[in-house]
Amino acid sequence: MSESVVRLRAVEAGYGGAAGMRRVLDRVDLDLHGGEMLALLGANGSGKTTLLGVMAGTIRPTAGSVELYGRPMQGWPRAEIARSVAVLPQSLELPAGFRVSEVVAMGRTPHAGRWFGWKADDQRAVADALRDADAEELADRPVSELSGGERQRVLVALALAQEPKLLLMDEPTTHLDVAHATWLLSRVSRLHQLRGVTVVVVLHDLVLASMWAPRVVVLDTGRIIADGPPDEALQPDVVRHAYGVAVESVVTEGGRRVLVPHLPR
Amino acid sequence: MSATTVARPIAFGPSPGRTTLVLGGGTALVVIAAGAALVSGTSGISIGDAVAILLHQLTGIGPVTWPSSTETIVWELRLPRIVAGMVVGAGLACAGTVFQALLRNPMADPYIIGPAAGASLGAVTALLLVPVASVGWLGIGLVQFFAFAGGLVTVLVVFLIARGRGGTPAVTLLLAGYAVSSLLSAGVALLIFNSGERLAAVISWLLGSLAGASWPRVAFAAPLIVISFSLLLLRWRRLNALLLGEAQAAHLGVDVEREKRILTGLAALSTSAGVAISGTIGFVGLVVPHLVRLAIGPDHRLLLPASMLYGAGLLVLADLGARLAGGIPVGVVTALIGAPFFLWLLRRNVVGVRVGR
Repeated sequence: MSESVVRLRAVEAGYGGAAGMRRVLDRVDLDLHGGEMLALLGANGSGKTTLLGVMAGTIRPTAGSVELYGRPMQGWPRAEIARSVAVLPQSLELPAGFRVSEVVAMGRTPHAGRWFGWKADDQRAVADALRDADAEELADRPVSELSGGERQRVLVALALAQEPKLLLMDEPTTHLDVAHATWLLSRVSRLHQLRGVTVVVVLHDLVLASMWAPRVVVLDTGRIIADGPPDEALQPDVVRHAYGVAVESVVTEGGRRVLVPHLPR
Repeated sequence: MSATTVARPIAFGPSPGRTTLVLGGGTALVVIAAGAALVSGTSGISIGDAVAILLHQLTGIGPVTWPSSTETIVWELRLPRIVAGMVVGAGLACAGTVFQALLRNPMADPYIIGPAAGASLGAVTALLLVPVASVGWLGIGLVQFFAFAGGLVTVLVVFLIARGRGGTPAVTLLLAGYAVSSLLSAGVALLIFNSGERLAAVISWLLGSLAGASWPRVAFAAPLIVISFSLLLLRWRRLNALLLGEAQAAHLGVDVEREKRILTGLAALSTSAGVAISGTIGFVGLVVPHLVRLAIGPDHRLLLPASMLYGAGLLVLADLGARLAGGIPVGVVTALIGAPFFLWLLRRNVVGVRVGR
């Protein structure tokens, strides 16, 4: 087995004060190893974003233990986490007035030196990130003039400029049409091959998830109710439990089993 | 494992040529403003005399060919006032830039979370309570010291009030600053109402003026302001990351809560030191960052030093204007000239004025 990237044991997390805490994660155990690609599924409010936050070290669990690369998360300084873990958030408004390359260069914040210059490493990482995110031709464009698909490529480049070993993506396909969504996921697979990066992607689309992910984790009200390859994890009753919708299993021409929802009549 | 090819060098951030132009222009503005302020005024002094006096004072060389009154005007009256204008202008513009980024609010200025109100209460208290406000301490008077301490303590109190279990939200900081400022302003108003024959001194302080500048006062404020803006300059990457929002800044490795404390502390230090020696000069700290941002963009690597230079130059010019207009308060000049100019720019670049989100 390759190195442990993330190890969660009995993790609980929630929001609010001591009096009225709302528990969002409930005794979650999860092991993520180097080079894995994982799709995280679950209904709205099931705790997916919170789980990503715990893995990114920005949400502190109220109970349980979190290890990143074998070391307790509490012992990691913020900048050191950011040198290993990049997060592509659900939505991010890019500050007007910057060009794409300048925003992507912000991904170098945890690596760059104390003074005013950029090192050769920074220049190379930004150029590589733009290339690998297929955003090279956007480099000189003002960020305020980007389309939705272009924005998403810039966000991928921003994350890649961090040169992460672990890439956490929160619903990256939600606002994309089917062409951009499939482009994004195949690009992530390619990055996984090229850079050996470990990937966790929150997805809402069951079909995309079972077509793309080697491993699927399903969350339901803060608990993991299924974890495994899509054929095993995405059983109709799991989906019915997690989302409260009936689905039917369909086999594609390529021999993949995917789940398609029934529309209530 | 990583895809490394020799990629073409990619340019990001302002080009060296543009940087030189912007910073060179700012330096030129400061030098020209200072030169103009040195030779202009009710007693005409030639540029040659002014330069010779400076040289003589700094290096001791050169024969003395001028009357001692000229030397007093240049060295004891005009120059400290110019240097005070420079450091106060640079400090206010820098603090304004920082608060606009930190709070992601275009209305933010150096006084937004309370240092002006605190400094005013401190200064007015000192003006009214102490019969002769000349008690010396560190070379500054009690008024200056009370103003400085009042500004710093107010920011500290606002910060502690706004701080909650999960950190210090920018909105809470803004609202707490507004409420505390209002409370302190009420105190100032009460003191003004009861100020009797000292009303003129109180009003003059509140309007902001560099007329009282002297070497001891400059020696108090300048090191504080220079240290704070030097440290702020080095935080440009973190300020840029904060423009992406606090959550993403954290993902980029910024310890956001710690950064808020450091940025607020340094900006408050610079602002309070400035206010202590000049009163509350308005508008410079709000408008100069916007002017510079409109001209050169929001990248703090260039925005911070450029704001300082233009803030320094513009305040010296405004103070010259105030002096030539018969000694009206410089705060009136900055608002009278700054506001229409800003409105004109705003109309030209309606979409341009945004600070991050």
